[in-house]
Amino acid sequence: MSQRQSASLDRKKLLADPVMVTTIVLLIVFLCVFILYPLAILLVDSVYSDQTGLTAGFFSSIFGKDTFGSSFVTALLISIPAGAAAVFLGLTLVTGEKKKNDGFVRSLCRVMPPLSLVLPILAAAAYIIAVFDSGGAVAHFLLRVFRGGFLPRFAALLVQAVLLTPLCYRLFDGVLRLSDPASSDEAEKNALKKKLIVRAATLIAVLFLVNLLVIIFLNASVDGQYRFIIAISNTLKVGFLVGILSAGVGLLFAYVEVYVKVRTRFMAGLFKVVSMLPVVSPPFVLSLSMIMLFGKAGIITRHILGIYDNNVYGFWGIAIVQTMTFFPVCYMMFRGLLKNIDPSMEEAARDMGASRFKVFTSVTLPLLLPGIGNAFLVTFIESIADFANPMIIGGSYDTLATTIYLQITGAYDKNGACAMAVVLLAITMMMFAVQKYVLERKTAATLTGKASRARMLIEDKSVIIPLASLCTMMALFVVIMYICVPFGALFKTWGRDFTLTTKWFEQVFKKYHGFKAFADSFLLSFIAAPITALLSMIISYLVVKRKFKAKGFIELVSMLAMAVPGTVLGIGYIRGFAGGLFHTGIMKGIYGSGVILVIVFVVRSLPTGTRSGISALRQIDKSIEESAYDMGADSMKVFTSVTLPLIKDSFLSGLVTAFVRSITAISAIILLVTPSYLLITVQINEFAEKGSYGIACAFATILIGITYGSVLLMNLIIRAFGTSKTIKEVE
Amino acid sequence: MSLKKTVKEPKGVKLDHISKIYQDPKTGKDFFAVHDVSLDIAPGSFVTLLGPSGCGKTTTLRMIAGFESPDSGEIYLGGKPINALTPNKRDTAMVFQSYALFPHYNVFDNVAYGLRLRNVPRDEIVKRVKDILALVELSGMEQRMTNQLSGGQQQRVALARALVVEPGVLLFDEPLSNLDAKLRVQMRTEIRRIQQKLGITAIYVTHDQSEAMAISDQIILMRKGVIAQMGSPTQIYYRPNSEFVADFIGECNFLRGKAGVTADGVTEVLLDAGSAYVRTDTAPFRGTPCEIVVRPEAITIAESGSLPCTVELSCFMGSYQNYHVRVGDTLVKITDNCPVNKRVFNVDEHAAISFDPGSVHLLKVGDEE
Repeated sequence: MSQRQSASLDRKKLLADPVMVTTIVLLIVFLCVFILYPLAILLVDSVYSDQTGLTAGFFSSIFGKDTFGSSFVTALLISIPAGAAAVFLGLTLVTGEKKKNDGFVRSLCRVMPPLSLVLPILAAAAYIIAVFDSGGAVAHFLLRVFRGGFLPRFAALLVQAVLLTPLCYRLFDGVLRLSDPASSDEAEKNALKKKLIVRAATLIAVLFLVNLLVIIFLNASVDGQYRFIIAISNTLKVGFLVGILSAGVGLLFAYVEVYVKVRTRFMAGLFKVVSMLPVVSPPFVLSLSMIMLFGKAGIITRHILGIYDNNVYGFWGIAIVQTMTFFPVCYMMFRGLLKNIDPSMEEAARDMGASRFKVFTSVTLPLLLPGIGNAFLVTFIESIADFANPMIIGGSYDTLATTIYLQITGAYDKNGACAMAVVLLAITMMMFAVQKYVLERKTAATLTGKASRARMLIEDKSVIIPLASLCTMMALFVVIMYICVPFGALFKTWGRDFTLTTKWFEQVFKKYHGFKAFADSFLLSFIAAPITALLSMIISYLVVKRKFKAKGFIELVSMLAMAVPGTVLGIGYIRGFAGGLFHTGIMKGIYGSGVILVIVFVVRSLPTGTRSGISALRQIDKSIEESAYDMGADSMKVFTSVTLPLIKDSFLSGLVTAFVRSITAISAIILLVTPSYLLITVQINEFAEKGSYGIACAFATILIGITYGSVLLMNLIIRAFGTSKTIKEVE
Repeated sequence: MSLKKTVKEPKGVKLDHISKIYQDPKTGKDFFAVHDVSLDIAPGSFVTLLGPSGCGKTTTLRMIAGFESPDSGEIYLGGKPINALTPNKRDTAMVFQSYALFPHYNVFDNVAYGLRLRNVPRDEIVKRVKDILALVELSGMEQRMTNQLSGGQQQRVALARALVVEPGVLLFDEPLSNLDAKLRVQMRTEIRRIQQKLGITAIYVTHDQSEAMAISDQIILMRKGVIAQMGSPTQIYYRPNSEFVADFIGECNFLRGKAGVTADGVTEVLLDAGSAYVRTDTAPFRGTPCEIVVRPEAITIAESGSLPCTVELSCFMGSYQNYHVRVGDTLVKITDNCPVNKRVFNVDEHAAISFDPGSVHLLKVGDEE
């Protein structure tokens, strides 16, 4: 009762605040029209067209329905009985072990824990070999098993059940070992039951997913006619590898920075450069330099190693380039997490007799595990949504993003492209949901501790030297890749004629309207950046500081945009706005104009801005704003006079991030841009595709110049006018 | 490691001229965090390192645990030098200020951690963990995650985790500073009870003097990296060897004067306001400047006495009456216990104070450093 009254009072207070209400309503309209509506249109267009009416035909035409359907059924038929059998066996063993007299069961249980580690790793290795070496013997063998009749499938079922039993044993052992069978506490028993059921269900679900994916991959490698299935399997393969590699490299860098004593200025500078790369890195750059260093005419392959026919295009090219693009994000995530681990936790482990390696495996790593999963999925999403790199360096290796692009620009199959976009969206959404609602929470739950004292850094030379030199080599490699691009723009013919020339820059400006491209890109991003920064600050302010009904909706939708790949958004905008809102002609004018480009820029950078805004605002004590209200300021005044000045630094960096992200954006833009606007990134894509690397490099150099310059400018401004500066001066 | 034995021999700890140099982060200058400290801690005793923050007590403890290395000197544990041993090879177990419980483990796994490292058989681990949890009164909480525990319970888990490996010496780094006042008192009695029951050697770091006095066999009071005084709680309280020690351990008054005649072990001290008598072990030279250290509760206030005074503050505190009186130029604090049947003096009244020669202590001025 009292709760209901307070809710209605809160609502009344909110309604008495017209500025707030208007802001919230406008925000909701904006989010609905420019994020939800295009996605909804995609869903509709993937199952409906004026000619055919409601149909599943678009999906079956891109999938080849037999393959998908039968894969699904096979996976289901194998996974559920196998999972259930393993769960049953595992439970029997755990409970059987408790009966002291059964000698055989007890000795069987002794071998279970080590087996539970070895067997799944072996199975996973077999699957991974089969998937990545899709023409190989393992793949053929597995395919014969899965495609064979009842007997081979039954054998697969049995093998999986046996392989998983030790794992189940381990999963249940931890829960049941200490539980007292005589305990009469009902609540405890129920909690226990729930825990066991959740574990068993998760196991079966994971098993099903793994089986399904493997079968799809195997089928794709044999039935070559369905380009889309191959694209899915390609994308997932790349994403999987890039996720693992980026998380690994990122963790290495973060560990070295936080735990190891390397206090040279050179190393500090190198780490700083690495942490800045994701902000200033335009797309294409790494792909371009990869081709220029390792391609057919590459400096390293041809001129140093003397290899003339090296093929950088394809799987490994994409994987390496994407890893180098995305690992800094992981590095930054891990750095934050590692700094949050209370050093005395590790000291306690060490004090009780754990070696340094054991401390890492038993304390640091388990604490990081959700974070590692988080980093993996974030990179995974980025990788499968990436358009620019596969476009340049993919060659004939199509990924989902490029396939969708070709489907709509090449084949002009709108409904097919929509169906593909829906599939891509479904994958990223699923990953995003897991990342956001499972892993991020787990990370927060385990790592809330504050460091109680400074960490004792590792000074052991045998640890420092290998780790530090590994990091240095990788960081230097990345730096060289970036430096390579400006040089590419200065040499006459890369790989053949290394005389310095300004001909490419001249061509850019004289022949290919370099000034117009520069001006258009700059102008549109310049308009989009303040809108994005302000919008994301308002959203994060509402989310952090205010209570109202639609808050959850606003937060969800603005974060959702992070999981929407640019290509998907681009197609959504084409379908959604080409004929006006709901084909009524309303807002038709914005399609093909600069306005829609600005809106796309804003929507694309909104999640990052909101995210950093939220974390900046969480640090401001609520009472500071409450005191302003108390003294008579309305919500507008509080925001402008108290909140905004306090988060000025964050606002400024949000502004620049939005600008840089906009000017380097490509995936959604390339579908929406019209000839009246020349954008630098689109130009780079065009020339790189043609093979005119000199011109592409010249454009890219200009872009790097702009982004790097604006980041420098931001740092200068923050240093001169930022809040932290003012506070420091007062102190 | 002799883990089969149920009760292990406690080990003594010896510090032999230990020094540790740190760099001041602001000025970049080197300074002694711990300077030439020598200690001998008997097996089975409870020793407290006490002192204000920055006095080097935690650094000393962390050197014993092995997290810091001394720049000179040698540390012995059970008679063996341990300087070169890494923390995991030392027979010590520490209870941390932040508890440092592993958030990814439940209570059982936290406590069992050290035993698993020692490859103790599974059944024995279960038994020993259950026993130790019973000792710290946490039976039945094995399955709880650490974030589902209250502060006091977390503290007990941290204690159990350190105790279960049966270390030669148990180290405490301000373990109670995150608890509220009432719980702190309860936990310190608990810690003392368990330590005495197991007969284990314990070294305890704190900045709270009442905690130190309540819990220890011996207190080592440190200041600026050196030992200011070592002794039993009563020694430190009643026979402080410097103004710093006297002031750090509880409230204290200092009355300055000159030494007079000594007779029968009682020295006359000539103050501005009159003369007072102090029992001393050695007779100071006549005329040396010195001060009388007198605890507020050792003073009696009455209408007549040896030292006349003026009352400046009189405050009823329940179990005692609190006075601030002026004796000559010196402000003297007095706690007059159980004031219910006594004459209570009001502000600006004239009165006189006196004390028993045996309950005060004489310090030579200039003893400091």
